[in-house]
Parts: sequence; structure tokens; C-alpha cells
Amino acid sequence: MAVASVVILTVLTSAVLLGPFIWRVPINEIDFTARLSTPGWQHPFGTDDLGQDLLARMLYGGRISLAVGFAAMAVAIVVGILIGAISGIARGSVDAVLMWITDLFLSLPQLPLLLLVIYLFRDFLKNMVGPEGGVFILIVLVIGGFRWMPVARLVRAQFLSLREKEFVEAARALGATTPRLVIRHILPNSLGPVIVAGTIDVAAAIIAESTLSFLGLGFPPDIPTWGRLLFDAKDYLDIAPHWALFAGAAIFLTVLAINFIGDGLRDALDPRKVM
Amino acid sequence: MILQRIPTTLFVVGSSQILALAVALPVGVYAAMRPYSIFDQIANAVAFIGFSLPTFFTGLLLILIFSVNLGWLPFVYRTDIAATGWLWYWENFKQAIMPVTVLGLFQAASYTRYVRSAVLDVIRLDYVTTARSKGLGEGKVIVKHVVRNALIPVVTLVALQMPAVFGGAIVTEQIFRIPGIGSLLISSILANDTPVIMAVTFVFACLVVVFNLLADIIYGWLDPRISYR
Repeated sequence: MAVASVVILTVLTSAVLLGPFIWRVPINEIDFTARLSTPGWQHPFGTDDLGQDLLARMLYGGRISLAVGFAAMAVAIVVGILIGAISGIARGSVDAVLMWITDLFLSLPQLPLLLLVIYLFRDFLKNMVGPEGGVFILIVLVIGGFRWMPVARLVRAQFLSLREKEFVEAARALGATTPRLVIRHILPNSLGPVIVAGTIDVAAAIIAESTLSFLGLGFPPDIPTWGRLLFDAKDYLDIAPHWALFAGAAIFLTVLAINFIGDGLRDALDPRKVM
Repeated sequence: MILQRIPTTLFVVGSSQILALAVALPVGVYAAMRPYSIFDQIANAVAFIGFSLPTFFTGLLLILIFSVNLGWLPFVYRTDIAATGWLWYWENFKQAIMPVTVLGLFQAASYTRYVRSAVLDVIRLDYVTTARSKGLGEGKVIVKHVVRNALIPVVTLVALQMPAVFGGAIVTEQIFRIPGIGSLLISSILANDTPVIMAVTFVFACLVVVFNLLADIIYGWLDPRISYR
């Protein structure tokens, strides 16, 4: 299953990356004569209510959805590793305080908070870096910022057990400083479960981004992410079901493939088997 | 305004949780009783698909199938149904089917996997073998001895999932146009209505705290050794 999922995900990613060079229809070409047309030769995925080609919009939106997913995962992992490593190596009161913060974040209701943060800071960032970049940075930071807790927990648990191992002892006896111990010896050995958690974070981030867009609070309307396409399509369900189906199926396939890959990786890198 | 809308949200969220547990418990326990059997593998695959399907997509799919193509169920949730008596209950039931199913099955998918692993952890312990060797029937062993202990981690999970459930409720309320607090939050954000946004977020936070408290109380009931004094 995991191998098949890697193939599916590769196909989807390369379609999204290379597709716009092959399928050269502009995403915002308005053609009222082809309004809401069903899939056919001229428009393989049909058109929306303004006659814009859906295949082109899907390919463009997929880039953003996937980019948000991977960028948010990167944010979550960096923050998670940082916090987990500090609290794992420091112990004592620093550890306790950092774990309190982690628990605090874990018990927050994410979606309402996401909506609140976006509502509060949207305009501020829009003025600073422009509408597209601002929203992108905001969404990536916010989604990543609410998903680092499991990573931090995992890294801390790994650190607590690894720091007592003989090879760490040996390195310390050789005179390695604490930063060198952490970076060269402990961290590389604790990355297995983090990779699994990171894979699943990508899926969660893609869902979170499309949820935001679906609620009409993500990217501005002229940027067609997959969630945005669904949001626009939901009012035309009775006359143009193809519009919603393609975007939804794309999200579903991507997330399912990523989840299967994560599951396969978990089986391959199971910490109980490794140690 | 918020008080007026909370009952609707609680009704939808509550019944979807009941549905989720009603599906996840039997399926998870049965799958764990025969690990790696065909039933287990099918349940696992379905659960995987279930939590990879975002709620907004399943919601739209159900609307497409049952409201647009078949015309069986209404796709706009109303609180001002004119009918009385049994007809009122029937109408309410009909309009709640789709949102509750969408939310419930999504939760059921992840619960099933956790119930399965929790039961698998417990089922190999010695006291289960003791109960069997006492001559108890298989059904009694599972229900009275295994499930009760397997439920403790599941309750933790359900409590930890509560924030996510309310998040899901926001989306479902938006799809089915349910007049609950989730849709109130969205409409007030779109209208830049700060006091209402703050109030709704606060209510969400309170609900999450209340459910965590409930989970703590249920622990004590499941395992009398855990008690707070």
C-alpha cells in the first residue's frame, strides 16, 4: 500500500509541478459561452461559473495546497525538535515549563483559534508583504504553530532515553561539548519517529489549509486552492457536480496517499523494533 | 444570541459522538478479537479512508447523493419547523441525519483504530486468561473484563479529540447551514464583528474544558482505583 501511495503522490506532485507547462490554458481566462460545461475534450475537468478551465485551476491550486502542506510541516518539525530537544537535554524546571506549554497548546481547540488568529493578523500581514505572500506566511506559520506538540513530545521522549545510552556516555568521556553531543550524536538517532509524525503532519496541514479555504477565510478568491474550489463549487452542486468532485477527490487522494506512506514508514521505522 | 444557538451545536456534536462510539466500539473490539483476519484488514482500510476524507468533502458528497440526486433529505438545517408532535420529531431527525453521519463517521474512523489497539493491549494480559479459565463465556470476558479496561485510553482520546470535534462541527455547520455557534463564528468573522468572535471563542474554550472534566469523572467510574480526593 505504501509503495502504491508513493507512486500516486509522485504522480500528483509532478502533475502539479509540470502540469502548467503542458496544459497552457490560463487560470483566469473568462469564457461565458463555456459556462459550467461538463468535462469534455476542450476542458478535461469542465469549467466553473465564469467559464474558467478547471484543470488549469486545479493544477495551480495543487501547487499552493502542497506547498502549504510541506512548509507547515517544516515549521512544525523545526519548532517541535527545538522545544523537544531543549526540554529533553535540560531536564529540571526548564523541562517542566516547556512541557506545560506543550500541554497547554495540546488542549487548545485548533480550528476556532486558527480562525481567530487569521482574523486578527490578516490585515496586518497583508499590508506588510502583499495579499498572496502575507496569507501564505500566515497560514503556514499558524498551521505549523499548532501542530508541533506531538513532535516535541516524541523528541523529548527519545532524548530522555538516548542520553543515558553508552555511546552518549562514551562521546561525553571523549570530551564532546553538550551542543556537539546533541547535534552529532543524540539528534540523528531520535529522528525516526519524527519522520513519521512529519509525514502525517503534511496530510493534516493540507486538510487544515483546505478547511480554511473552504470556510472562505484562506487565500483570496483569485487564488484557486483546492479548498477554495470546493467552497466556490458548493453553491452549484445541483447543476455542476463535476466542479466539486475533482477538487475533493484531489484532496482525498493526496491525504490518503500521505497517510499510507506515514503508516508504512511507521512499520519500517518502528522504534520498538529499532531499539 | 449564543445561548440560542448552543443547543443546536450540542445536539449535533453529541449525537455524532454517540454514533461514532456506537460504530467504533463494536468494530474495534471485534477486529481486535481476531487480529489480521479479513474483517480486521477491511475495517483498518475503511478506517484509513474514513479519516483521510475531509469532512467538507464527505458533506458535499452526501448532499450531492441524497439531496440533489435522490431528493430524500433536506440540505438546509432549520430550527423553525412548523409541524407539531411526531411530525416535528421526524422532520428534525431527517435533517440531522446527514450532518451527524458526516461528523460521526469521521470520528468513528480514528476511534476504531484506537479501540482496536487498546483492546489488543489488554486482551493478552493474564487476568483475561484467568477469567477464561474460570469458565466464563467469551462474550462475558470481552464485555466485562476486556472492554472496561480498554476503555480508559479510549476515554482519554475522546476527551483529547473534543477540540478537533468542535472544529469539525464548525465545518459541518457551514456545509449544512446549521444555525449553531460554529456558523455564528464564521459569519461574525466575515462581518468583522470582534465582540461576537471573542464570545464564541470563549464558549468553545469552556465547552472543551467541560468535556475534559467529564472525561476525568468517567475515569473514576471505569477504574475505581483512580479517584480524586
